[in-house]
Amino acid sequence: MTVLDRRSNRLGVWGWLGGGRWGMERYAYILHRITGLAILLYLLLHIVVTSFRVEGIYLWTGNGFLHSPVFEMGEYLVFAAFAYHACNGLRLVLVELGVAVGKPTEPVFPYKTSLNVQRPLLIGMMFLALILVAMGAYAELIG
Amino acid sequence: MNRTRLWILHMAAGVVLFLVLGMHMAIMHLGGVSHLFAPYAGTADSIQNSLFRDRMPFFTVSYVLLLGVALFHGLYGFRTILFELTLKRAAERAITVVLLVVGLGLFALGTWAAVAAHGMALAGVKG
Repeated sequence: MTVLDRRSNRLGVWGWLGGGRWGMERYAYILHRITGLAILLYLLLHIVVTSFRVEGIYLWTGNGFLHSPVFEMGEYLVFAAFAYHACNGLRLVLVELGVAVGKPTEPVFPYKTSLNVQRPLLIGMMFLALILVAMGAYAELIG
Repeated sequence: MNRTRLWILHMAAGVVLFLVLGMHMAIMHLGGVSHLFAPYAGTADSIQNSLFRDRMPFFTVSYVLLLGVALFHGLYGFRTILFELTLKRAAERAITVVLLVVGLGLFALGTWAAVAAHGMALAGVKG
């Protein structure tokens, strides 16, 4: 009996970053991961920094360490990452639930892929993310 | 809990985050313009506006909810990404334990801070 090695189909880091022939959904997925990791890093730091307010230390105001244009810009990038991650994540949940992927059909050549069926949803969600990013930029400039 | 259930929880947490973190982001990043839950002058994250929100039980509860859901969604997602590298079983177990400890530790810290900040903000109003 052949024993399968669970590491034999390992792609490593290329498995994370390579779009290959999978098209724009694959790159949406890669960006989803990058924004997710960035938001997670921010979240871990954010919990610690905001907990200091119990000691009356507000690092993000007045002369605080985080009250500088560099960190303000960084916060805007976190907002942009959230806008993208949230919109694309909502699409992923809808697709996982079978929404917007069409009905199952017989696998008759030439085969049809459900990726093309859900593409308007992807484009719509990217458009929504873009509107949110623009609104955030406007609020940063006005505020 | 098996992996399918954890994955469903991960997705459900994402939907909850869409709403709760969406509200948090709208207040913090659009608050300078909308002044939603930020009635004082300046930015939404000024000390006065922060204390204003800390006084409201709704925000204390929503911060704790946001904290728990965000930590689960983020750390479970990170664990999934790491596991795709097809690590050895021992490494997978070590990663799970480390992320669990980090998650529970930060949840305890954040919950304590949210509750303490609420108490201090209320005491500030009374005192």
